[in-house]
Amino acid sequence: MLIQAKDLPFRELNRQINAAGEQSVTLQGVMGQRFIASGLKGKDVEINGIPGNALGAYLDGAHITVRGNAQDATGDTMNEGSIRIYGRSGDATGYAMRGGSIYVQGDSGYRAGIHMKAYSAKYPVLVIGGAAGSFLGEYLAGGVIIVLGIGHEAEGKAPVGYFTGTGMYGGKIFLRSAHVPHDLPPQVDVREAAAQDREEAYAHVAQYCAYFGGDPHQLMEHRLLVLTPSEESSYKQLYCAQ
Amino acid sequence: MPKDYIYPEFEIVRNEGRCTVCRRCEEQCANRAHAFDAATSRMTAEDARCVDCHRCVAMCPAHALKIVQSSHTFRPGANWTRDAITDIHRQAGSGGALLTSMGTPKDYPVYWDKLLINASQVTNPSIDPLREPMETKVFLGQKHTHIQRDESGRICTELHPQITLATPILFSAMSYGSLSYNAHESLARAAQELGICYNSGEGGLHEDLYHYGPNTIVQVASGRFGVHPGYLKAGAAIEIKMGQGAKPGIGGHLPAEKVMGDVSRTRMIPQGTEAISPAPHHDIYSIEDLRQLVYTLKEATDYKKPIIVKIAAVHNISAIASGVARSGADIIAIDGFRGGTGAAPARIRDNVGIPIELALASVDARLREEGIRGSISIIAGGSIRNSADVVRAIALGADAVYIATGALLAMGCHLCRSCHLGRCNWGIATQLPELVSRLDPEEGKRRLVNLITAWTYEIKEMMGGMGINSIEALKGNRLMLRGIGLTQKELDILGVLHAGE
Repeated sequence: MLIQAKDLPFRELNRQINAAGEQSVTLQGVMGQRFIASGLKGKDVEINGIPGNALGAYLDGAHITVRGNAQDATGDTMNEGSIRIYGRSGDATGYAMRGGSIYVQGDSGYRAGIHMKAYSAKYPVLVIGGAAGSFLGEYLAGGVIIVLGIGHEAEGKAPVGYFTGTGMYGGKIFLRSAHVPHDLPPQVDVREAAAQDREEAYAHVAQYCAYFGGDPHQLMEHRLLVLTPSEESSYKQLYCAQ
Repeated sequence: MPKDYIYPEFEIVRNEGRCTVCRRCEEQCANRAHAFDAATSRMTAEDARCVDCHRCVAMCPAHALKIVQSSHTFRPGANWTRDAITDIHRQAGSGGALLTSMGTPKDYPVYWDKLLINASQVTNPSIDPLREPMETKVFLGQKHTHIQRDESGRICTELHPQITLATPILFSAMSYGSLSYNAHESLARAAQELGICYNSGEGGLHEDLYHYGPNTIVQVASGRFGVHPGYLKAGAAIEIKMGQGAKPGIGGHLPAEKVMGDVSRTRMIPQGTEAISPAPHHDIYSIEDLRQLVYTLKEATDYKKPIIVKIAAVHNISAIASGVARSGADIIAIDGFRGGTGAAPARIRDNVGIPIELALASVDARLREEGIRGSISIIAGGSIRNSADVVRAIALGADAVYIATGALLAMGCHLCRSCHLGRCNWGIATQLPELVSRLDPEEGKRRLVNLITAWTYEIKEMMGGMGINSIEALKGNRLMLRGIGLTQKELDILGVLHAGE
């Protein structure tokens, strides 16, 4: 089903998406409407144009494809489903997501993957094809973030901004990078990816290539770093009872 | 280290003549302050373990126990008090931030106690609530300030979503995890019977409590624990927690040892992991960002649920509240700095924020000045101790009040301020099954229902005395209050006259 989104206010646009009888919904001419597919389940939504902030917040199983760039807070607190973005994404992508996956073809803004968490069978995956901004994976509690740095290989630095993984206490960040970020906080351990890590990363890289093209084997022929919380990262040492 | 030795604050006094050595005190104390000495066949006590929770005192069948404050003293001094000295010893020994619980015990002004309530004499007869109908029902949510008509001139009758309360009191947010399951169920059952709401807090909603949904407010905090579309739709309203009166400006932390079993399942995080709520919502750095979160929640729940934004009472509260009122939120909850907590750094709790009385009066005045008071309801919390406080809060401009410490006390809490230790002997702030089972949800419910029923009657009686038969007519009615012993500045902020004026 095709919805002409041009000039539709977000509330009406969402109403039409929810009311659509068909599983598959294509939006044409999206021009910055916010809150698209908030809490949506059981539908495939293709977005042509530029969706506004908070795309797919609390997403509950729907699959979203964006043919363009996404703005801020994509997939906030998403529970299940997938979002793939044929472009770049703004700030706070995948904030507090608990399940499902977000694949960004290009770069992502600040604060991507902050406080993602895993639970039981739910394991959130955030893959950023290009570079990520500062505060990547801050407070990370679970799930996996992969930054591929495609096109940033020659920059002489890791494809991330400042303060990667600050306050991280769970989960894992893969950086396809020849360089270790220069300002990793003490609570983050960094190591070379072992065979098992590479196997785990490969599955997501292959999915990235299936969406956006490219050769996963070739991409994986590169230095791959793994960031995990250090044992000393515990918050337990912080307090004493009064 | 001898330097770190702190003489116990409390002494367990056992009347040996009355003690029958039944060992119930030993069985009841999860802090293991009591023990049986087989050599002498007598009970012994370890004062250092006592938190003054009165469980043993209340359970002793022989009334043989009392807890007294130790008379042991440092050289007395008004500046370097016992607390000031022992805090330094603790921190010098541990290097840790001081952690504590419940509302601040510090001696700050309680403005409620300096506000006197009016009554009618002669000219405006008082009303007897036993004989005449008194309306305490309130609706919380945005109200239309203008009549709107459609193209054909018909009045649009669509209202903003509202919470309906039979009496202007709600149980404020206390998470499952900080509270036991039985405490949560007591609150849920009581809210249902009373026709009011309780608040899930930020730890998600236990699956067995979903059927109390119409009487539940579900909370979304920066940690987003247990937040999913089903949860958002489960309650009567959704509360965005921006701040808490007891710890403005900082986040929350449920220690890993409490994240077990159902708590882990309800929060949707693995067992034995820390539950960290960051200080800010990292997607909210402005009122515009707050508006965005408000609208994602409205979109996710089809505009059927009022959205509450809870903020701590801080210095610029009225400007912040004005922003919140323009964010699309339906209700603002303001939490004063005397409010309780399951765990907070002592320095934050005891020094940050402002009293709810001043915050409430200033917010209500500001929203009126700006002509937007009708676009948002106000819930005031942060140490509402009795029905007279409720009446004063409403007269200062609140639509309803949040109570939590009062509700815990009703369930058996004795305010030992040790929630953060996780060994609540009254079964309230603990996850240890043998302790949780001490609180019967049906009894907890009954006591909460008793409390709110009694308060509601008292509220009606005070309203009747003022010649007011509807709580709506009391709202923001500051003529019903007079200050006693307050400075002109305090009176100006509270918007009340001095007694005798």
